[in-house]
Amino acid sequence: MQRAKIMPLERPGPAAGGASAIRLDELEKVYETRDGKRIQALGPLSLDITEGEFVSIVGPSGCGKSTLLRLLAGLMDLTSGRVLIRDRAIAGPQKDIGMVFQSPVLLPWKTALDNVLLPAKVLGLDMAASRRRADELLAMVGLADFHEKYPNELSGGMQQRVAIARALVHEPSILLMDEPFGALDAMTRETMNLELRRIWRESGRTIVFVTHSIPEAVFLGTRVLVLSPRPGRIADLVEVDLPAERDLDTMASDRFGQFSRRIRSQFKSQGGLE
Amino acid sequence: MSSQITTPAAQAAASGDGVLPTRARRRGLLREHPEYLLVPLLFVVVVGVWEAVIRFFEVPIYLFPAPSDIFWALVDRLGSGLYIEHGLHTLSEALLGFLCAAVAGITLGSVIAQFRLVEKTLYPYLIAIQTTPKVAIAPLFIMWFGFGMTSKVIIAAIVAFFPILVNVIAGLRSTDVQRIELMQSLRASKWQIFYMVRLPSALPMIFAGLQIAIIFAILGAIVGEFVGSNAGLGNLILQMNFNLDTAGVFGALVCLSAMGITLHVVMLRIQRRLLFWADESKVTEV
Repeated sequence: MQRAKIMPLERPGPAAGGASAIRLDELEKVYETRDGKRIQALGPLSLDITEGEFVSIVGPSGCGKSTLLRLLAGLMDLTSGRVLIRDRAIAGPQKDIGMVFQSPVLLPWKTALDNVLLPAKVLGLDMAASRRRADELLAMVGLADFHEKYPNELSGGMQQRVAIARALVHEPSILLMDEPFGALDAMTRETMNLELRRIWRESGRTIVFVTHSIPEAVFLGTRVLVLSPRPGRIADLVEVDLPAERDLDTMASDRFGQFSRRIRSQFKSQGGLE
Repeated sequence: MSSQITTPAAQAAASGDGVLPTRARRRGLLREHPEYLLVPLLFVVVVGVWEAVIRFFEVPIYLFPAPSDIFWALVDRLGSGLYIEHGLHTLSEALLGFLCAAVAGITLGSVIAQFRLVEKTLYPYLIAIQTTPKVAIAPLFIMWFGFGMTSKVIIAAIVAFFPILVNVIAGLRSTDVQRIELMQSLRASKWQIFYMVRLPSALPMIFAGLQIAIIFAILGAIVGEFVGSNAGLGNLILQMNFNLDTAGVFGALVCLSAMGITLHVVMLRIQRRLLFWADESKVTEV
């Protein structure tokens, strides 16, 4: 797999750990059903995510993981509380955020390259520069030779990699990922996990990653946020102090097992696992 | 084909140093596509029986012509240019009508799909117009726009308009929510979401509407010609019917169906070209 260098952001990386990237301040989401009943979906929930962190979010299904991510993306109105992106309260989607969904959501009539360039087009960025950047990103996700391919000519894993490249083309400092590898087979998923780790370390971006796989959450994250069943609140916040250099052997290590067990037991005590 | 692969001839063909004997290849082709034989066979049988029945019972030609009579009528009128002249007239009416319907249908459909208020305002009127048989208003258009081409173009356009409108609205409505969310997460404007995502996403359905509409446009043109005209295949059919030239009527019908098939195939080609990316199951083949 080709490894193009990608310029780190000129901001404090994971090591420096200072500035706040995302802050949740007593965040709450309440749904109203058709017959007027109010259902508390999420929160109240407060959390601080530092720039350059990789936060995995796990929780039982229906706990509001995806809701939380959509609130961060500004795709959904919150009921009360605040979301602060780099210390500024948001009211809608931000330019500084890249989003990866559960399915790749590529536009089938556009080539891989044009799909990656979509954010640049929408945001009206300089196309020549974006084109160079898209080249780099496609190389970074191992698709240097697939520029002109259409989505239906790519495998599921390849499509999701295009989606990741697309989420990075406008150089957002924050990447939000909603179970992006859920639909992939186990082998591809492991490869994608390694790739994502590498992309994160090379780019120094802040990543918030929702998953329902505990091993995936531990393997990827610098911290794992465990949500309780609905309404989703913080059940546990685990600092994963595994070595920064992680590979598939890491998953077999004792430390890794300890983290996984801790999170799993947290799930059980919450009644999240049957 | 699979059973052929084991034969030495097929092996030679596969390795590139020999050619499959023609007969074997033909047999393989028919096994895969029996319809290549069955379609012409059915035609021959139907035409044969038809011809035999007419001759045996000595049915007069003005009542029901035999296939051979129709064939000669066709050769005769095609040779003299009669069918071609009137056919081109009808074709122009249908195509012009179709074009107007496509432009109007796509524009209005987009506006309706985009703005709820417009939809709510226009909806009852559209239902009222759609449920009225368009053929019934044809005489009015003849009165207003005369016996020339204009009235026929308008009738063809009105008949072809609704299938396009309905499919444009349905197509734009059925856009994948995730694609729209992707655009929203990038702070795309409504207009950007429309032309970058919704319209292209709707194209397979819009094309399904256009396919129906182009056939409807021919129908509209013919109906218009029936009601009042001085040229076109519809006009010709009326004249020939009046003169008891039944073989001539059948010949004109053959021309009309040839026109319909050609337009359908052309549309299909354009669609395949433009929508190469679309899921085959979503592309309706009428």
